[in-house]
Amino acid sequence: MNWFFHIGRYYIMMSRVFSKPEKWSIYRKQFIKEIDNLGLGSLGIVVIISIFMGAVITIQSAFGFESPWIPLYAVGVASRDSIVLEFSPTIVSLILAGKVGSSIASEIGTMRVTEQIDALEIMGINSKAYLILPKIAAAVFINPFLIVISMFLALLGGLTAGLMTGAVTPYEFIYGIQYDFRPFNVTYALIKTLFFAFIITSVSAYHGYYTQGGSLEVGKSSTNAVVYSSIVILLFNFILTQILLS
Amino acid sequence: MIEVKNICKSFNGKSILNDINIVFEKGKTNLIIGESGSGKTVLMKTMVGLFTADSGDIIYEGKNFNKLNFDDRKEIRKEIGMLFQGGALFDSLTVEENVMFPLSMFTNMTLAEQRDRADFCLTRVNLQTAHKLYPAEISGGMKKRVAIARAISMNPKYLFCDEPNSGLDPKTSILIDNLIYELTSELNITTIVITHDMNSVMEIGDNISFLYKGQINWQGHRDEVMRTNSEELNNFVYASEFMKKLKQRLTHHGD
Repeated sequence: MNWFFHIGRYYIMMSRVFSKPEKWSIYRKQFIKEIDNLGLGSLGIVVIISIFMGAVITIQSAFGFESPWIPLYAVGVASRDSIVLEFSPTIVSLILAGKVGSSIASEIGTMRVTEQIDALEIMGINSKAYLILPKIAAAVFINPFLIVISMFLALLGGLTAGLMTGAVTPYEFIYGIQYDFRPFNVTYALIKTLFFAFIITSVSAYHGYYTQGGSLEVGKSSTNAVVYSSIVILLFNFILTQILLS
Repeated sequence: MIEVKNICKSFNGKSILNDINIVFEKGKTNLIIGESGSGKTVLMKTMVGLFTADSGDIIYEGKNFNKLNFDDRKEIRKEIGMLFQGGALFDSLTVEENVMFPLSMFTNMTLAEQRDRADFCLTRVNLQTAHKLYPAEISGGMKKRVAIARAISMNPKYLFCDEPNSGLDPKTSILIDNLIYELTSELNITTIVITHDMNSVMEIGDNISFLYKGQINWQGHRDEVMRTNSEELNNFVYASEFMKKLKQRLTHHGD
């Protein structure tokens, strides 16, 4: 019953989020600010995680393929598919759910408990649209770029790890990542990314917007935002994979 | 003028407001006083539509707020300025940007015109030196003044103040009270102030409504509040030892 309540309230909130903005120029400014905040602000963590995870995926693949019957370039193939299909779109999105989601929920939650949202409403501003729409639009716009950067850096990390550990030569690795390459896999990853960006921002904003109480509740909302956006991402990962790859 | 007619409001089955009827006059400072938990803030938030009344009407110059759709309510809200208890300034904006915010949202003023208007409003509240500071960098009294400047930036018809001098020292409280009182007559607006500060009551209370356990217990002018027969209001007014002694002295002197 509680789930139905939240889904219903989320749906009502989203119908207000996508209503006509009071002034486009203000929303445009907010959109650019959010690109900087949500996108560029997350670049550092995406870079670090991608390089190291790419390296680990390559070493693990090489470890698993230690057989004279399996060509070395298979390490490149396996790393590429792991990174493009799952690591970059899903794992990086889960990490962004932690970073961006908690930030959104605590920002909006604090605005709620300090009556800043009430102040917006009193001014005649649609607070849901003003606070949430630029965040959704910015994340949906910038996250695909982050994921493409993540894919590139993870493969670069794999290449470097292969070279440094001697697990796979650069030639074999590069041959592997080009071998039987399917461009649709990247499209699939980017489609997932768009959905996940929407989920991270909207679910986190929902938890922040309906915060009640004080600073303790803001903390709880922030935690719930991460937990529920991660669950919904995993659920949609399964659904989208089933739809797009089956 | 704002008319509140038969307003009832409850939360989880607990009645908070019970059949409230008040008329708030234009050009006057209308005070709602009462103990903590008597329903003052709920009444104010219901009047501005942050809470939905269970029953009753709130009429702004003949328009029934409760029966308006979302867009029509927005139009009335643009005529409302509200001063929240904590100021509710936007943390990410400077003092000047806070005052300019409603102007940038709802007017076609150029940036220079918005700055001029913000400067005028900030000067009106005697705050000429804080334009570029953030809310975290200014004192509680300054925050209240910025909130007043923001509330009057759009030339509102109605000004709502929720405990404007809570957390302020007596001197700053009187400054804020006087500012609200002056702006009310200067702009000829309908001002509604929630307070439980007796200094404010005696300073600015043109019309006073005493809310007790969710009902209007007493209504009158500040000159009448000290001589009321209402036992509940007397308990509220003469709650402190100082006020009790003052009453005894006044009674003793026959005044």
